[in-house]
Amino acid sequence: MATKTSNSFIDSLGKIYGIYAGGFIGFVIILAILEQMGVPNKVIGYCFVFLTIGVYAYIGIISRTAEISEYYVAGRVVPPFFNGMATGADWMSAASFISMAGGLYLGGYSGLGYVLGWTGGYVLVGVLLAPYLRKFGQFTVPDFLGVRYEGNAARVCGVVVLFCASFTYIVAQCFGIGIITSRFLDIPFEIAIFVGLLGILVCSMLGGMRAVTWTQVAQYIILIIAYLLPVVWLSSKLFGNPIPELAYGQVLDQIGELEKKLGILKPHAAAYVDAKGQFSWVEFNNFWALTLTLMVGTASLPHILMRYFTTPNVRDARTSVGWSIFFIFLLYFTAPAYAAFAKLEVYTNVIGQPISALPAWVQNWSQVGGLLTIKDANGDGILQLSEFIINQDIIVLSMPEIAGLPYVISGLVAAGGLAAALSTADGLLLAIANALSHDIYYKMIDKTASTVRRLVVARVLLVVVAIIAAAVAGTRPSGIIQMVAWAFSLAAGGLFVPLVLGIWWKRTTAAGAIAGMVCGFGITLFYLVGTRYFDMQLWFGIRNISSALFGLPVAFVVTWLVSLMTQAPSKEMQEFVDSIRVPKGELHWAAGTAHD
Amino acid sequence: MAELTPERREAYWARTSRLMWIIMALWVIFSFIIPAFAVQLNQIRIFGFPLGFYMAAQGSLIFYVVVCFWNARAQNKIDEEFGVAED
Repeated sequence: MATKTSNSFIDSLGKIYGIYAGGFIGFVIILAILEQMGVPNKVIGYCFVFLTIGVYAYIGIISRTAEISEYYVAGRVVPPFFNGMATGADWMSAASFISMAGGLYLGGYSGLGYVLGWTGGYVLVGVLLAPYLRKFGQFTVPDFLGVRYEGNAARVCGVVVLFCASFTYIVAQCFGIGIITSRFLDIPFEIAIFVGLLGILVCSMLGGMRAVTWTQVAQYIILIIAYLLPVVWLSSKLFGNPIPELAYGQVLDQIGELEKKLGILKPHAAAYVDAKGQFSWVEFNNFWALTLTLMVGTASLPHILMRYFTTPNVRDARTSVGWSIFFIFLLYFTAPAYAAFAKLEVYTNVIGQPISALPAWVQNWSQVGGLLTIKDANGDGILQLSEFIINQDIIVLSMPEIAGLPYVISGLVAAGGLAAALSTADGLLLAIANALSHDIYYKMIDKTASTVRRLVVARVLLVVVAIIAAAVAGTRPSGIIQMVAWAFSLAAGGLFVPLVLGIWWKRTTAAGAIAGMVCGFGITLFYLVGTRYFDMQLWFGIRNISSALFGLPVAFVVTWLVSLMTQAPSKEMQEFVDSIRVPKGELHWAAGTAHD
Repeated sequence: MAELTPERREAYWARTSRLMWIIMALWVIFSFIIPAFAVQLNQIRIFGFPLGFYMAAQGSLIFYVVVCFWNARAQNKIDEEFGVAED
């Protein structure tokens, strides 16, 4: 009966989300009208934050489940199109939504490393991993390592890497949620984080992967509307062209002229230049190192890979990767336009104005944790470029106000940023809690645990991890985009090699994979912690956001050498790998690799 | 359902691997080779965009979307040819 109801639900997904999207647009229009009628900004901010969280909570509650396969992999019924949307929301976090355009604003061309790195990785996912992991058909990524490398040692290594990467990533999301709720609810940052935490927990705790999937689709719709609308608006207003991705060629031109006038040495579109505008090999190397790290990290992050466990079959897993990258693309190819428009607005409407005449948004944003500072250094009462210091994490959120758009657009962008951060935090929390409850508790501690008990353990762990993450975020460890890039480095250094070689090179042995994981992850972590906290010298000038650049080759070489030095995997294991490579047919489980 | 013979299985995996290497080669070109020449490409302008900037901001992204769908299609074709596509 359960499958029957879910099938009719699956069939009407298009209709349900169509109505939902229409309803959301109607809601925005109503708020826009209310704003014109004089409803205060604060009320509009509250409406956006609480109503959207309310919707997510509602979806989370109606999708609650007590079934294991529903909880871990959404019953494996998610159509590729909708899985693509859910992956989009899962993927695009506070870093993509809130910080990336800010990074492009401040860094110009060098920020494009993020744009390339966070899209190109899907080619690796689609070609190297997703279809084979789907065929494997278990619940978690460490599950695969535990079976392919015959034992709990590999499984535990997988869980450790997963935990370190995902936890770093969640802290960044909590930080983003804190910024938004503190600004739009007007409460202190440290409290705002915990308000946001409730928003995360209501979605993921009751319904596991099923609830998170359907909430993420809803969150994708909100975040993409929220991201596109302000830029489309500005583009139409300034150039009469509603497609900002085409219009911003002109914006780049105008920025170039303003840069000359303002005496900026580092042009926006110039590639690989240092602060003085000179070509720099260090910048060049950091660009490709970052691109590579982020791409490989994409193909190693368990919360993304596990989304492809939820499609009905292998073929759908492949198509679903196509839809994922399409939905992600919509935001990513807009981000550089967003940055260009924001820069144009700041250069024309903010710089050179009398400081006393600056609008209210400057005041409002200055109060959020030192993210915007304005100091009249030369005391002439006029704002110079060097006196306006804006943090990359608030560029997107403040752009509607900078450009003088109605406040309802600001509220909408806040709701979008919140959707992005919440959806990713949910996916990550679930990945961590599932790994701990399924791989550690069920597979290693208590194999006789009942279904009810397993799900209780999963939920308790979820809440505990969420609270710790929020507490760490309260200490403001670093900027959002740096923390997220670290997470990618850690995942890339530890997981990419054992996953890919496990499928593509039958000769990979358990000893090889474990040695590779330990060394690859170890080097990455060593470089990251050493350069960040212990004043270690950078190697070849590579910044620690690309730490995996050193861990990755080490992992490859160590896995390869140790595999060749140890006895080849058993014939049974080789047959198991063969059966994973072919979409049709049963899996050939090797003896001793318990499964259910 | 009939299992593939070892020879057919090897042929299937050879075709799949070939597709993988082709896509990986294209991926390297669009992700690393083209961006490496951004300074030179920036000399060229189309619709106001310096070409090097454009490729990293939009061109390569469009390629990624296309290639992911293309991979799904091409691999499905191989699956059907070898009779291993799912029902």
